[in-house]
Amino acid sequence: MKTQFDKSIQFHQTALNLQAQRQQLLASNIANADTPNYKARDIDFRTALQGALSGARDRMPLATTQPAHLGADPDTLLQQLSGYRTELQSAVDGNTVNMDIERAAFAENALHYEASVTFINGMLRSMNTAITGQ
Amino acid sequence: MSMLNVFQIAGSALNAQSLRLNTTASNLANADSVVAEDGQPYRAKQVVFAARPVAGPEAIGVQVTQVVESAAPLRLVYEPNNPAANAEGYVEMPNVNVVEEMVNMISASRAYQNNAEVMNTARTLLQRTLQIGQ
Repeated sequence: MKTQFDKSIQFHQTALNLQAQRQQLLASNIANADTPNYKARDIDFRTALQGALSGARDRMPLATTQPAHLGADPDTLLQQLSGYRTELQSAVDGNTVNMDIERAAFAENALHYEASVTFINGMLRSMNTAITGQ
Repeated sequence: MSMLNVFQIAGSALNAQSLRLNTTASNLANADSVVAEDGQPYRAKQVVFAARPVAGPEAIGVQVTQVVESAAPLRLVYEPNNPAANAEGYVEMPNVNVVEEMVNMISASRAYQNNAEVMNTARTLLQRTLQIGQ
């Protein structure tokens, strides 16, 4: 049986997971700031969270029962939701990483991650208070 | 776990940028080397960056695929008394563009700092995560 506590802690867990994956995407963008033809990627956090909470799952791979069958790449949920960033100032080498935007997004996402951790901590502390009754 | 991949991503970028800094240092040091180890004038070396997945399609790190020699023409200096001078009295000097190398150096050091900062942030976030429920 899922209690209200389970539900609300699961919400923050999903958010934390998505934030960790977004942090990874943003780190890739910052790492590839000088790679020719690299296209910066990001996820829209609101849509991603709604998708993850509504129970959207990773797309299933096609079953290959014969050796000649072509297997389609199973897209993960994050791959379905991630998009390429719109270019503001084009570079000659085809790179679309804008360091200001990436650093700002990285710092913002780190703060959101810490906020989620704080929320989970607070909920656990309240539960602890309720159990010990002190 | 996605937050741990950030270390690999930023680590690959640190590696690549330090290699770029190394080639820049070689180029600047040999800006006037008339004879390199092959008997020819030194030619400027440049690194080629390529994006490379470190763990899954969302974690893209950087790799130096090759170190190429600059195709720029050699600098000709009129020095008839130099033993390396040709019949017309010109000495072939390295094709190192010192201004370009200085710009490269600053760019590499800034990119290095950025990725070190990314690593620090990921470390802080992981520490917070480990302290959940304490």
